[in-house]
Amino acid sequence: MTNHAQPLNETHWALRPKAIAVAGSILGLAAFWSAIPPFTARSPLVPILIGVLAIAAGLWAVTRGSRRLGWGAIASGVIGLGLGYMSTRSSSGNLHVVFAADLIAQVFVFATPLTFGALGGMISERSGVVNVGLEGMMLMGAFWGVYGADKGGSWAVGVLVAMLAGGLFALIHAYWSIHLRANQIISGMAINFLALGVTGYFFEQLYGNQNIPAGVSTIPNVAIPGIDHMAYLGPAIGDLSLLIWVGIIFVPLSYFILFKTPIGLRVRACGEHPRAADTVGINVYAVRYAAVIVSGMLAALGGAYLSIGFGGGSFTENMTEGRGFIALAAMIFGNWRPFGAWGAALLFGFSTALAFRLPVYSSSAATLFQALPYVLTLIAVAGVIGRSVPPKADGQPYVKQ
Amino acid sequence: MSQSPTANVPPEQEPSSDFVVRLGAAQRAGGLVVPVLTAVLAFLAGGVIVAATGHNPLTAYRGIWDGAGFNWLFHIPWDTNTIHLDAFNLSQTLLTATTLILTGLAVAFPFRCGLFNIGGQGQYLVGLIVANWVGVSFASWPTLPHVLLGIGAAAFAGAAWAGIAGFLKATTGAHEVISTIMLNWIAIWGGQYLFGQGGPLQNTYNPAAPESGTIAQSAHIPVFWGSSVLQGLDYGFFVALATLVVFWLILNRTTLGYEVRAVGFNPDAAAYGGINVRRKYIQAMAISGAFAGLAGALDMLGYLFQFGVLDVQASEIGFLGIAVALLGRNTAVGTGIAAFLFGGLLYGTTRGLNPNVFDPSLAGNLTSMIQGLIVLFVGADLFILYIWSARRKVRLRRRAEAAAT
Repeated sequence: MTNHAQPLNETHWALRPKAIAVAGSILGLAAFWSAIPPFTARSPLVPILIGVLAIAAGLWAVTRGSRRLGWGAIASGVIGLGLGYMSTRSSSGNLHVVFAADLIAQVFVFATPLTFGALGGMISERSGVVNVGLEGMMLMGAFWGVYGADKGGSWAVGVLVAMLAGGLFALIHAYWSIHLRANQIISGMAINFLALGVTGYFFEQLYGNQNIPAGVSTIPNVAIPGIDHMAYLGPAIGDLSLLIWVGIIFVPLSYFILFKTPIGLRVRACGEHPRAADTVGINVYAVRYAAVIVSGMLAALGGAYLSIGFGGGSFTENMTEGRGFIALAAMIFGNWRPFGAWGAALLFGFSTALAFRLPVYSSSAATLFQALPYVLTLIAVAGVIGRSVPPKADGQPYVKQ
Repeated sequence: MSQSPTANVPPEQEPSSDFVVRLGAAQRAGGLVVPVLTAVLAFLAGGVIVAATGHNPLTAYRGIWDGAGFNWLFHIPWDTNTIHLDAFNLSQTLLTATTLILTGLAVAFPFRCGLFNIGGQGQYLVGLIVANWVGVSFASWPTLPHVLLGIGAAAFAGAAWAGIAGFLKATTGAHEVISTIMLNWIAIWGGQYLFGQGGPLQNTYNPAAPESGTIAQSAHIPVFWGSSVLQGLDYGFFVALATLVVFWLILNRTTLGYEVRAVGFNPDAAAYGGINVRRKYIQAMAISGAFAGLAGALDMLGYLFQFGVLDVQASEIGFLGIAVALLGRNTAVGTGIAAFLFGGLLYGTTRGLNPNVFDPSLAGNLTSMIQGLIVLFVGADLFILYIWSARRKVRLRRRAEAAAT
């Protein structure tokens, strides 16, 4: 019974613990944000004040039952406060090197393969098939994407070939997981080894000691008219690769499909309780096959972005270098949800992008910083700050009766 | 509210979907037939790809065989002088097998407890880093205690590193596959930090080189075959062989091993029987980490002596342990044999391979491919074994029914 005459009523949406916690998380970011360009507050008071506000919001939310988000807000406040304070102590010149506007562009660059991988992994695991083979499927996408772009003459062909290759490997994983009912982790690891061998072998075989010829068609950038020449937004988001935008669009799209359509309900039903899904007439095998293949195609898109996106039409052996595993981590850290996975991908992308710039301060610390995504994910699966819980039937082969 | 009894059975209790049951069937079936078939199939599939890309698979495999030094075995009387190529190649294959035995056991041991340790690579690196630190420090010590300290500290560090995953599994239920994958990458980046420029374990004589310090002479494990300058085979080989025996003893002749296997077959039944399942998880992971840490120590003190950031990035011997253990059916003898096979494959396709016979850059990837195919087929043949044993059970039951009527 909400009384609209009283705007400060307990049930008002803006005062719910969840909303306060989200606001606290944003404030935590703002604490850090205030001390770096373009604002560059030089007084330590600014980040400290905003950070304390964020922590207070988090505490308030925690005491009122919103534990996961509340602790997130507290963590964000503490980190924002600390980083913000450190930034006010640092020289303004260094700050402008590290936190130039194109840092945002770089965050998107590094987050995009992770976004595709994490969304792919999420779709597969939501249907009940564990996919630790993301790395391999991504690697297939990277190599066959650049091969397709080279031989087909167009980046579009490259993207298609990449998705085909990723889908093919996903099909192997699906057949092993669904029909042969093999251990899905063994089969996923096999995909990773196999992809490493296959891409490396064919790279050597097809391109020998020369590299991919220069001038391979690459995925174009999208210049947004009006924004691309603006002061701060221009270098930040004015001229990003097409695939970055596709990745961003895929996040709400996958949320909508997974949580608002009958198809998504079927996928989730197969991941939570396949027997129940089967009872109501859902073809569990078909849904899982489709989900795993889509997952491989998405991961391959992430891989194609590496080779013919920001890689500029190149390939090196083991090009993905563990990005498939960070994508897996992002999916877990995001609690098997599209926006969560995307947020984690952005966070991990940010930590990678930052690590490339931190050598201004200390190169060894920059290296150590790269381990951050993995540490965070370890904490998340351990359930210190809200627990990451997989779909119930994740990894369980299904047997029709 | 009324439900049929079958609807109440959660999916994990269906025997046909239970991996452990299948694993049990595989363990009982034992035998050499299935692993050998798996390996043959993988090599055949690899050969098909080699042939399809216009190379002669027989020459390629022959080159790998010679590169691994296996042809030495057929040149009787055996010429043990490692100045000659065959003997040298074989010594290098055995050196690689030393590491693979241990990283294989690191996967095999928790597998018998129902845990999948993908973190062998991280545990190996942690062991390697600690061994390097011990080897560089304590330079005034005599050889035996110095080496023993290095080995012991590395094994302990590996155990602690893997123990994190075991502890998380036991206390919070965090899936060991995910936590070991994360621990791998933390170790990989941590290693790059420690050995990198400005890192705490970087060498002191060349600040521009992102490499670790070189361990003191007193920390070198003595070489018994070949030259100590040219990466001869050290006594670590026997440590690895002894660890195979230790693995077998722990698993088959101790209470701990019995309990570990009981948990591996069925954790619920084991808990019902009074076994502390959580503690077994931690112990199994710690023991596995000790094996992998030992592998890192033997490599560091045996022939590497120092390690660079690029080496950390390129190293994958811990991952190879997964294929070794799976092909070896997670048994001591099987893991040992698989380690020699993969040791030969790894060395024979890279440095041992004559470039005029087959391009090593192709062959190195062939190893990854065969590794992937073997793991893939192992995953499938557990299923085949299950069907096989289930069919046999049905047949036996029919026979019993026929006899009863």
